[in-house]
Amino acid sequence: MKLPFRYVLTVSELTREIRDILEDRFPDIWVEGEISNLRIPPSGHIYFTLKDDLSQIRAVLFKTQARTLRFIPEDGIHIICRGRVSLYEKRGDYQLILESIEPKGIGALQLAFLQLKERLEKEGLFDPAHKRPIPTVPRRIGIVTSPTGSVIQDMLNILNRRFENLHILLFPVRVQGEGASLEICEAIGYFNKFADVDVIIVGRGGGSLEDLWVFNEEAVARMIYHSKIPIISAVGHETDYTIADFVADLRAPTPSAAAELVVRDKREMKNILHYLGGRLENEMVQVLKEYRIHLSHLIKIFKEPKRKTEDYFLRLDDLISRLRFLARWGLRRKRETAVHLNEGLVFRNPIQKLKNTRLFVSEKRKHLEKRIAYFLEIERQGVGVVVGKLDSLSPLAILRRGYSITRKLPSWEILRDAAHVREGDKVEVKLHQGTLLCGIEKTERS
Amino acid sequence: MPKEKFEDALNKLEKIVSKLEEGDIPLEESLKLFEEGIRLSRFCNQKLDEAEKKVEILLKGKDGTLKAYPFDPSMNSGLGQDSEPDSEDE
Repeated sequence: MKLPFRYVLTVSELTREIRDILEDRFPDIWVEGEISNLRIPPSGHIYFTLKDDLSQIRAVLFKTQARTLRFIPEDGIHIICRGRVSLYEKRGDYQLILESIEPKGIGALQLAFLQLKERLEKEGLFDPAHKRPIPTVPRRIGIVTSPTGSVIQDMLNILNRRFENLHILLFPVRVQGEGASLEICEAIGYFNKFADVDVIIVGRGGGSLEDLWVFNEEAVARMIYHSKIPIISAVGHETDYTIADFVADLRAPTPSAAAELVVRDKREMKNILHYLGGRLENEMVQVLKEYRIHLSHLIKIFKEPKRKTEDYFLRLDDLISRLRFLARWGLRRKRETAVHLNEGLVFRNPIQKLKNTRLFVSEKRKHLEKRIAYFLEIERQGVGVVVGKLDSLSPLAILRRGYSITRKLPSWEILRDAAHVREGDKVEVKLHQGTLLCGIEKTERS
Repeated sequence: MPKEKFEDALNKLEKIVSKLEEGDIPLEESLKLFEEGIRLSRFCNQKLDEAEKKVEILLKGKDGTLKAYPFDPSMNSGLGQDSEPDSEDE
């Protein structure tokens, strides 16, 4: 519009004109830049300056639009915005009135995830020291997931296969969408208050970040943290990491993996116990054998005590005469020899030493007699009594009835299945009395 | 006194077996260890067998309280939850 010569505008008129031009020219644009001077007054509107290296522009995201934000705007974050340019006449400021903002280079959800993760980590929610150990043999397992779909089926199949007698309690929940967060929190709360399960598995199958989002919610994270019952997180695929995974006492890469982690294979554990039981019994038998040998040695001594003590006295007499000989011929010259005399006798007080040696001998004999008496007592009662005592506790009783225990060599694995050995293998067969070393000629499945 | 745990019992049992293997223990102590070992072995076996086999689902009754019902995942019984198609996980 061409102005007439010397038409004088008011400030408002001029401002209005400029505003119209701006709003016409930039009714709907996309702009990228960095947030700075962010402030959010109580009104809820978000005011900041959008800038790049050379320029800046004021921007505002009003409360209504701000409500849908998934991430927390902060100074320094680079964003891409959509909006329009306008002019705030009162101050003469032009500004961007924004419809929406998104973080640049990263999704809003991803940014929100990072922000929450950092915040909770600082608070200590991921602290390894806080994590509870998962019980080895849980009797009752609580599961929080959707009751439909393949996830729960797979988990139950795996659990049943590994450990046939388990009590499993499923608290069905929504695993995405509105209300899912609340339901999951309710489930964890319920198990903690009423159900006395030994461990809880919380999770769902794979999906997008949006699908898995409930496991990144702060409420769920805090619930997991405060659970007195250990929690295994089982969300999505192996590469999916959610906040729940960081807070949980144990992370399983998938729900199926959780079923494998929560309980060890029962048969495997039974085997370990069996193996240990076998070693236990074997060692005990060894110990007894050794004591028998020890005992028979002692009995030999006891049978000829005169001989042994006679030996001692002979040696003593020998010592005495040699000492007397030394004493007569002078200490100094023969000192070296003296030191070499039996049992490192110290020359200084030979008489005392002799007395001590005598005492030593009689003590030794008394001690011997005591021990022999004890072992003879055992022998008198018969080692059979000791064995009898063990027998009431041990699988040895089975052997007495004619069964035997066969072990594969050299692994010493207890054999129950003929398929585990081949022709030519060696086995050890433990009978009630004695053991046999056998070679396999032929195997047959029964 | 806190309940004895399976994991602890198993560890104790392994230690006892090692100790007996080392030897050099008087007979009386060996016997005591053996007895304890047998007890632990029995305890562990029992722990493995004692859980009852049950698969249940918690559902809200009309009065809003939760009750446990037997659960068979193969029956898509429309339990009042949204049946989102859960993605298959590997």
